[in-house]
Amino acid sequence: MVDLIQLIVSGTATGAIYALAALGFTLLWQASGTINFAQGEFVMLPAFTMLICTTRGVPLWLAFLVACVVSAILLGIGFKRIVVDPLIRHGVIPLVIATLGLSIGLKQLVKASYAAEAQPFPSVFPAGQFPLFGTHVSYSDVGTLLIAGLIVISLQLFLKRTVTGRAMQACAQNMDAAKVLGINVKTMVLYVFIINAVLAAVASLLISPTYLAKFDMGDSIGQKAFFAAIIGGFNQTSGALLGGVLIGVLENLIGFYVSPAYKEGVALVLFMVVILFRPEGLLGKAEERKV
Amino acid sequence: MKRFAGWIGAMVLGVAATAAAQNGPVPIVGLVELSGPGAVSGTNFNDGVRMAVEEINAKGGILGRKIDYTYNDTQSNPGVAKALAQKAVDQNAYVVMGPVFSGSIFVSMDVTRKAEITNFTGGEAANITQQGNPYIFRTSFTQANAMPRVARYMKNALKLKSVDIIWVNNDFGKGGHDEFLKAIKADGIKLGADVSTDQGQVDFSGAVLKVKQSGSDGVFVYVNEEESARALRELAKQGYNKPRIGETTLTGQKVIELAGSAADGAIAHVGLSPDAPIPAVRAFAERFQKEFKYKPDHNGIKGYTAMYIVKAMTEKIGKFDTKALAAALHGAKILVKDHPGVLMDVSFDKNGDIDRESFMTKVENGKQVVFETLPPLHPF
Amino acid sequence: MNAKTGKLALVVGIAAFAILPLFLKGYGVYLCALFCVYLMATLGLNLTVGYAGQMSLGQAAFFGIGAYHAAILLKLGWPFFLVLPIAAVACFLVGLLLGFPALRVQHHYLAFATLGFNILVFLIMRNEATITGGPLGISGIPRPSLFGISLDADLRYFWFTLFFTVVLAAILWWLLRSPWGRAFAALRDNPIRAESLGINITAYTLFAFAIGAACAGVAGVFYASLLQFIEPSSFQFSYSLMMLLAVIVGGSGRFFGPVLGTVIIVLLPEWLRFMQNWYLAVFGFAIVALMIFLPGGLLSLPERLGWKGASK
Repeated sequence: MVDLIQLIVSGTATGAIYALAALGFTLLWQASGTINFAQGEFVMLPAFTMLICTTRGVPLWLAFLVACVVSAILLGIGFKRIVVDPLIRHGVIPLVIATLGLSIGLKQLVKASYAAEAQPFPSVFPAGQFPLFGTHVSYSDVGTLLIAGLIVISLQLFLKRTVTGRAMQACAQNMDAAKVLGINVKTMVLYVFIINAVLAAVASLLISPTYLAKFDMGDSIGQKAFFAAIIGGFNQTSGALLGGVLIGVLENLIGFYVSPAYKEGVALVLFMVVILFRPEGLLGKAEERKV
Repeated sequence: MKRFAGWIGAMVLGVAATAAAQNGPVPIVGLVELSGPGAVSGTNFNDGVRMAVEEINAKGGILGRKIDYTYNDTQSNPGVAKALAQKAVDQNAYVVMGPVFSGSIFVSMDVTRKAEITNFTGGEAANITQQGNPYIFRTSFTQANAMPRVARYMKNALKLKSVDIIWVNNDFGKGGHDEFLKAIKADGIKLGADVSTDQGQVDFSGAVLKVKQSGSDGVFVYVNEEESARALRELAKQGYNKPRIGETTLTGQKVIELAGSAADGAIAHVGLSPDAPIPAVRAFAERFQKEFKYKPDHNGIKGYTAMYIVKAMTEKIGKFDTKALAAALHGAKILVKDHPGVLMDVSFDKNGDIDRESFMTKVENGKQVVFETLPPLHPF
Repeated sequence: MNAKTGKLALVVGIAAFAILPLFLKGYGVYLCALFCVYLMATLGLNLTVGYAGQMSLGQAAFFGIGAYHAAILLKLGWPFFLVLPIAAVACFLVGLLLGFPALRVQHHYLAFATLGFNILVFLIMRNEATITGGPLGISGIPRPSLFGISLDADLRYFWFTLFFTVVLAAILWWLLRSPWGRAFAALRDNPIRAESLGINITAYTLFAFAIGAACAGVAGVFYASLLQFIEPSSFQFSYSLMMLLAVIVGGSGRFFGPVLGTVIIVLLPEWLRFMQNWYLAVFGFAIVALMIFLPGGLLSLPERLGWKGASK
């Protein structure tokens, strides 16, 4: 029983990380139909921005702010203007390929210019752990989970309760109708890209101490994020959290009770089951098929 | 026509059709992992060779001839490695250096064997040198040599009756895992939990939980650098207080840097270490750091010493004859007092396996400390 | 350029490529054979990507399934010409099984399904050591012989591979010219109209994907015999990505797109060696630029420049 709790607790913490990356992924898809295969690198890059700052003596909080600004400009506005805007009219495939290229480019850029090896990363949470029902729970696990939950809830509130948030939702559901209603669709979409970039920076701050800052750290995060988003429901922000945590916990349970060798395959199997029986995702609402 | 096509071939494929001049530079070719999962090991190995070549050339080369070292990226892919081995043969390489990854060397060594070219590898898998290939030579201990030393230490010094293993499921980890199991069986130590993990695995909670439950007297951790750090952290987190033993990686500088205080107390057998208590090795590590802006790992030493071994033996046979070089290397002993570049006394056996001293190390206050020097298997 | 000179140019081109290795050393011959092998896989992938408009990120997995079939069965002494169709059919069936649930829902889901599939296949190759040799792979895979002539020599094996690459290309060419294949063009150019004309989009897409997978399986068989050694990491996701990029860079949906793209992917590390470890970074950003300025791939360049006679 104690094992089970320990596995669930660590799985939930890992899952919260997947969820953070999945969240931005969902937002981009809703707002602009962009499938971003560089989402993992959007998490990786701020880690190195922060490292460059902290190794020069800048305190972590300031480094984080710098990373947020840099990400918002480069990976938010820049990504939209330079990559997404010119490509969106060509359909899904060229854009997806461009993000794949971007993913390779960013990874290799960091590898060639910074380091090929993993780098230690300072944690925002105090080191150490506390006992819980006979298990060991670290402060960083709890902190990650809390922040991830907080972000999902505040994002939900923002989208449902504020004027800007509702305008964004309207754009996501029907662009033409939103235009008729006088919503500035372009600005709204730009906001989404900026939010995505900042969310990725937050994810980076939370996960880099565990994942270690490395050029390819985004690979597995990005992949798990896709599956988390689809499993939870592509058109629901809360779905990303559910999907992420579900994958994290199931990976741990199957890795322990069935076989550690197939742990990495859990997300795919879950994905296949979900699209067979509930294609809109666990929390998603059925959408009209877009052709 | 033939010349024209050859020229096109040269342009398209980068294969320069060079005739080997008798007095020009000696071509030595590196097949190294500069990208892909083996990038860190391959880069280290390659830079080690480069540094040695630079030093040797600055002092007039070997037998008066300069070394022309060219290297190619295998991308950590055996297919590419095989192709590049073919290319090295086309270039009339005197010696081939690498690859480091066992999976790649399995393929490329057949090519160098057919062409009868002496080939040094960084690979540690035991069966590389067990196929009767007279041209393959190691630059470090094999897992088959290292694991019995680890097992003996567990039995004699730590008095372990049973031990668990956490290993990484790739060609490196699998080979080590199998050799370790053989070694502890020979020493009468029981195997507890046998936990496989993935390269790049982040969450070690399940693995550590299994180890804790098994109730064995200690755990042997055989994974790559980052994963070593994560495993050590998780072991510390779950309050594991039995001996944590590793081989080469577990007490490395990178692991200590990544794991922080969780690495304290970890023990490992290290074949080659830049922190070895040998002035020549430390001086090498410093020069390396200065030149390449990073601290070498054992692969850097492998590449560096391999080049000096080539120099020593070539001077001994007095000519550039790769077949004679391979023949002379079997059973050769190379001492530091004659050839300072080899850093530590080494000898080769009839299979091409290397033998030299090795170290038992421990992490104390964030530093790797050598607490015992183990003699070579076959003392000089 | 009319159709006749086009055909002539093609024959001359193939013939020139066939004699090229006579002038090359071992490494060059090997690269030419490797090019043929990858080309079989990318020609198939082009069917999925270029004609059916689907992203597949798992071509290397099918390539690997073919290679492992070959490695295991050839070592058991099965004849090459029996192993070849077995591997193709196996990949075809697995493709159907994988594609069906993914394509039923939303079209871009196939990208994720194939991505996950690639990871799963890698895990099976690595973990089921009793069958696949695990992380250490399978070595000593024999090369076939033809009418009693051994193909062990690299040059002969290259010609053998080239011959089958041309055969495979011809089959695909014929397939795309058949009424069945013409539906693809309709599907790619205007899916909604195609559907209203009674073309079952999902069924067509599914078959295109499965045929593409079968091509990768065939390529895998030739790969295993070429290297005579295989191990799981040669079939990882990154190789799927490279194959996809080969199709896109050359020009997806154009029959000769993958040919150009595969040449680039196979030779790129050679060309960009002077950049050392920056080459992949440059490559990545070049892909982004290519998509922005020339989303149709390199073969669409003549059209973009308004050259006459440029045809699809």
